Amino acid sequence: MIDLAQTVAQNASAGESVFFWILAPIALGGAMGLVLARSAIHAALMLAITMMCLAVFYIMQAAPFLGFVQIMVYTGAIMMLFLFVLMLFGRDSKDSMFETLRGQRLLAVCLGIGLAALLASGLARAVSGMTIAADPRWATGAQSNVEAIAEALFTTYLFPFEVVSGVLTVAAVGALMFAHVAKKGGHRGQKEHSRERFASGVYPGPKPGPGVFATSDSTATPALRPDGSIEPASLSAYVPPRQLTAAESAPKHTEGRE
Amino acid sequence: MNDPIWLMLVKGVLVFVVLVLLVLFTIWFERRVVAIMQVRPGPNRNGPFGLLQSLADGLKLAFKEDVMPRTADRVVFIAAPVIAVACAFTAFAVIPFGPEVNVFGIETELQLTDFEVSVLLILACSAVGVYGIVLAGWSSGSTYSLLGALRAAAQVISYEIALGLAVLTVFFQSQLMSTGAIVEAQAQGLPLNFGGAEITLPGWYLIILAPSFVIFVISMVGETNRAPFDLPEAESELVAGFATEYSSLKYASFFLAEYVNMVTMSALCVTLFLGGWAAPFPSSWWPGANEGFMPLVWFFGKVLAFLFFYVWLRGTLPRLRYDQFMRLGWKVLVPVSLVWLMVLAAMNIGLDTENELPTRIAFAGGAAIVVMALIFFWPNRKQYEEPAEPDTGLGGFPVPPMDLAVPPNPRALKELEPANTSAPQMLDSQASPRGPINGSRPTDKGEEE
Repeated sequence: MIDLAQTVAQNASAGESVFFWILAPIALGGAMGLVLARSAIHAALMLAITMMCLAVFYIMQAAPFLGFVQIMVYTGAIMMLFLFVLMLFGRDSKDSMFETLRGQRLLAVCLGIGLAALLASGLARAVSGMTIAADPRWATGAQSNVEAIAEALFTTYLFPFEVVSGVLTVAAVGALMFAHVAKKGGHRGQKEHSRERFASGVYPGPKPGPGVFATSDSTATPALRPDGSIEPASLSAYVPPRQLTAAESAPKHTEGRE
Repeated sequence: MNDPIWLMLVKGVLVFVVLVLLVLFTIWFERRVVAIMQVRPGPNRNGPFGLLQSLADGLKLAFKEDVMPRTADRVVFIAAPVIAVACAFTAFAVIPFGPEVNVFGIETELQLTDFEVSVLLILACSAVGVYGIVLAGWSSGSTYSLLGALRAAAQVISYEIALGLAVLTVFFQSQLMSTGAIVEAQAQGLPLNFGGAEITLPGWYLIILAPSFVIFVISMVGETNRAPFDLPEAESELVAGFATEYSSLKYASFFLAEYVNMVTMSALCVTLFLGGWAAPFPSSWWPGANEGFMPLVWFFGKVLAFLFFYVWLRGTLPRLRYDQFMRLGWKVLVPVSLVWLMVLAAMNIGLDTENELPTRIAFAGGAAIVVMALIFFWPNRKQYEEPAEPDTGLGGFPVPPMDLAVPPNPRALKELEPANTSAPQMLDSQASPRGPINGSRPTDKGEEE
């Protein structure tokens, strides 16, 4: 592991090191922010930042195709779907700091450290004794990065690739099945709507608005029919009609004139 | 690309300046062209032909008060327009404007940068640019904004698939993913042999990949949120959509991003399907047309033609309903692109000269059969059936009765009825000519019968 890190450090060009030391703290900060953020949207954005940094790392490691696909697929599509769902929760929903299970947080920290140690040791065992190829394109003998990936996907890893795509399709169809709810009472067409609207006892036009007079234009003012009687449909069931007193409805005096 | 640093900086600044100028021009162009289509003059006061109108509008917007809603999420609210604009400008970096030219003794290409998979950069930028819109809508803390943002997210994800599949066919055909290389690949003509007659068509992918071109153009309008697909900012439904709570320079930057995206998508379409900076005629007509700085004319001419197309769409088509829009994306564009991709792959393998003749026939025939089957078995709508007898159900459609007697025009009556004595003081005490009609109000229909 340490040998590998040293060779990496020796082989890296100046530009690569500069970008690494700029982006690595940002990626780590994003990862920390993901865990520590209180709002779900902020956590998702932090994860997006980390993913973008990883994509730039891929590009720096001479894997531009992988890097851009990472941005397009993970940041562009998958995180966007996450955001889509989270946005529907409302802006004020935040994680509560209340522990529902006793000792849950302590246990989570212990297990997290354990998992990190497990992953780190596994990775260390896997990469120790590996040598770094000058350029991954030449390592596989393919002409370009894209060709090398295509060759790996469609020859060596064809079966896992197909299995994964099949499983994903099944998952998507399953989610659709769960989310699908049969509509109650069939589709109502234009004809049904029209019949309902023009059924006897129903006034097909819009309801009359409140009365608008020089003395009042409140919603509580009833509209008057041409014969002067009150139009009942203009009265709301919830707003009590307001009868103006003689003083209120009298013309108001203007400034400078008594 | 081994340019000196100063040349890179100059190119970067030039790309920025060109984009900003094009945006200012496009806004004026759009308003003038739509005005001409609607038989009115359009902006014609500021500068020659009103050309400085958008500059004046931009300056006015910049000096407006910047309002931030109390419910806004401050950091995200400010970051959203920055993301939108940054992504819009970055995408233009890989568009080739022209061939190699000589600038102060240095041979360089008229392109900021190019690499193995540069088309993917544009797609990635447009994918990340949606974050600007979505976060703007979410962080505003307003219902209209949130609805606009949700629409934008759903729309861009749906249309990005069709757009990506259309671009994929270009990758298929050219076996290249770099913008500069794709332009060069289109320079070679396409020799065709029609019963002994040799014809050389231009190698533009517009001709070979015509279905992809159509799909690309439709989905690029959807991707840039332009009419008739401008649902995220539908002013008749959502005020200004995701930008409702924005003001001043932040509001302006969303429009800057939208117009830059229009220019970028037009330029990408020109690059992928219309031969990029190549002259729109055979090189034998004018050998110098594709050398030096001349291709800039062809490139920007083609881009302007696309911008005119955008404006034309906006001036012509009404906005789609949301479900129709989604149906077009998922049920038409995506399946057609997938099938076309398969057919193209089959034809490419079938036409490969290394294959045996039966293999070629099998592949080409299989592709043809798939297309035929699609045409024949495409599920079409339920046909309208003429009802056997007119609808006499519960009221039916509101049609006048067959024995309708038109009431006499009250104004034609010589003797008016006496005034209603119960009429209030505020009504005119003169005899009301409306008197006779009062009894036949539609509400009273039920009571009369």
